Amino acid sequence: MESIISDYNYWIYILLMMIGLYAMLAKNNLVKKVIGMSIFQTAIIVFYVSIGAKEHATIPIIAHGHGHGAVEAAIDVTHYANPLPHVLMLTAIVVSVGTLGVALAICLGIYRRYNSLEEDEIQEQLQ
Amino acid sequence: MSFVEQAPVLIVILPLLSAFLVNMVGLINRRYCLPFAILGIFGSFTASVITLIRIMEHGVIHYRLGGWPPPFGIEYVIDHFNGLVLVTVSFVSLLAVIFSKESIKQELPEKIPQFYTLFVLLVTGLLGMTVTGDAFNLYVLLEISALTGYALIAMGDNKALVASFNYVILGTIGASFYLLGVGHLYIMTGSLNMANLLTILPDLYSLNVIFIALLLILVGTWIKMAFFPMHGWLPNAYTYAPSAAGCLVAPLVTKVSVYIMIRIMLSVFSPLYVYSVVGLSDTIVWMAVIAILSGSILALAQTDFKKMLTYLIVAEVGYMVGGAWLASSSGLTGAILHIVNDALMTLCLFIFAGIVIYKRGGQQLQDLAGLYKKMPITMAAFTVGALSMIGVPPTAGFFSKWYLILGAIDAGKYHFMAALLVSSLVNAILFFRVIEIAYFEPKVDHHGGDSHKVAIDEAPLSMLVPLIIVALSLIVIGLYSGDIVTNIIQHSVPAGL
Repeated sequence: MESIISDYNYWIYILLMMIGLYAMLAKNNLVKKVIGMSIFQTAIIVFYVSIGAKEHATIPIIAHGHGHGAVEAAIDVTHYANPLPHVLMLTAIVVSVGTLGVALAICLGIYRRYNSLEEDEIQEQLQ
Repeated sequence: MSFVEQAPVLIVILPLLSAFLVNMVGLINRRYCLPFAILGIFGSFTASVITLIRIMEHGVIHYRLGGWPPPFGIEYVIDHFNGLVLVTVSFVSLLAVIFSKESIKQELPEKIPQFYTLFVLLVTGLLGMTVTGDAFNLYVLLEISALTGYALIAMGDNKALVASFNYVILGTIGASFYLLGVGHLYIMTGSLNMANLLTILPDLYSLNVIFIALLLILVGTWIKMAFFPMHGWLPNAYTYAPSAAGCLVAPLVTKVSVYIMIRIMLSVFSPLYVYSVVGLSDTIVWMAVIAILSGSILALAQTDFKKMLTYLIVAEVGYMVGGAWLASSSGLTGAILHIVNDALMTLCLFIFAGIVIYKRGGQQLQDLAGLYKKMPITMAAFTVGALSMIGVPPTAGFFSKWYLILGAIDAGKYHFMAALLVSSLVNAILFFRVIEIAYFEPKVDHHGGDSHKVAIDEAPLSMLVPLIIVALSLIVIGLYSGDIVTNIIQHSVPAGL
């Protein structure tokens, strides 16, 4: 129980991942599969972003300005959040948008050819 | 700033730039697309060869992108192993792009610019995955090659769309598992650089998280390489893809995934960890045995020539995964050599299938009837490819199989050796069946009785030349495989295995 509360971010990502995996493998409608795929990828983004999150932390930029607040730079490790996981996820978001686009384009092609997005109906036409 | 010094990055940049150019000139005139695609890939091939020669003279090359030092910046690391894979990948794509000229004119005349843009981008992704020394960079390039692969396959005939959709779903699961595994490593080490991970990880070997990370990465790459029973997406996707796309995707995507698996095993985790600490070797070699046998048996059941080849790929993936996990130096040598050989053999057979589709309009086994008389040169090249697949000396396929069998004996895994022999036997049955159909059963001629004088009707030169080159290279690599092993592969196999 304690691990669920303290590591809730991991539990959430696992839950999301399982929902996505279920939709990808068990749903009959192709668009629902694509939605499941999107949830699955989002789960991994949540996982990465959550490991870079930290309360009361700021960005690791040393300010060179003048006047007030110029010296409030986060140099101490406890004062800044690691930005790398977030930056990595920008790339991963681009990738998942690309995947979503390709998958939807293929769905569109399938609908034009088979006039259906239900997997069993398409399989019947393929036989 | 000489070409030689910058060669490692040019391997990736030249095809990337030519992808943009192909797209641009395609707007003006679609006839300009092919020359630019060939130019980009040829440049990449030249750079790969130069890099490999430099490695053989001076050792491992580290190329820092933007000059940032390794743990923070991304670096390209090229040693003997990926130098060899780079030359193979660029060589195979060069032949495939030359082959595509006539085939694409017939199959997809209105989509030439799109096809070549995707084609060159796929090559970029594959080369990038091979060249990089950064675990996250690898993921991005994995997805670049996957996305372009989905689109290329979806361009094929009627059933290609559904096959491609299944590939999208499973491919995404695979890539996501890989990313998740890398995430676990990143949480524990704070690093994404492979060399850096190799030095940090030994202190953490006792932790479960590292084991989970290894498993996630393995499952991810296995889905990508269609390792049985995760092969479900492969046969349909590769069968119904346009033949020119099949010639690129089928030889390379699975092989580069195998490369990634071996690279992660040796350069992120260490041979000590993967072979001794986790104790997965036995299980995975058994899985490989099942993969080889199932792939071969399923191939026997096919009447579609191209589909038969796709099941053979599933079996060949079993060879390489099994060889890599034998935990013996001959086994690993065999697996690495087989990456090269299998890429060339598969290319040979898929180009042949492409020529048959071009000439006969079908890919069923009976479409091959009487081909020996009509296309003697094509069939001679096919025979070399088939003999190599069976493993007849002096073709290349024999030597990698020989090393794999030696490795199996060294490691005492006789079931793996038996699987290799059974698979060779099945390959012999399969290909002699094909040869029999093509040699002895003349196509029924409806023009009357005097049909014993069949006119020779070869494929266009742009299809024939790549096929002849790849068939010759199978023999040349077979003859020089001893040199390749001692001069290149031995440097990559860790000592003390």
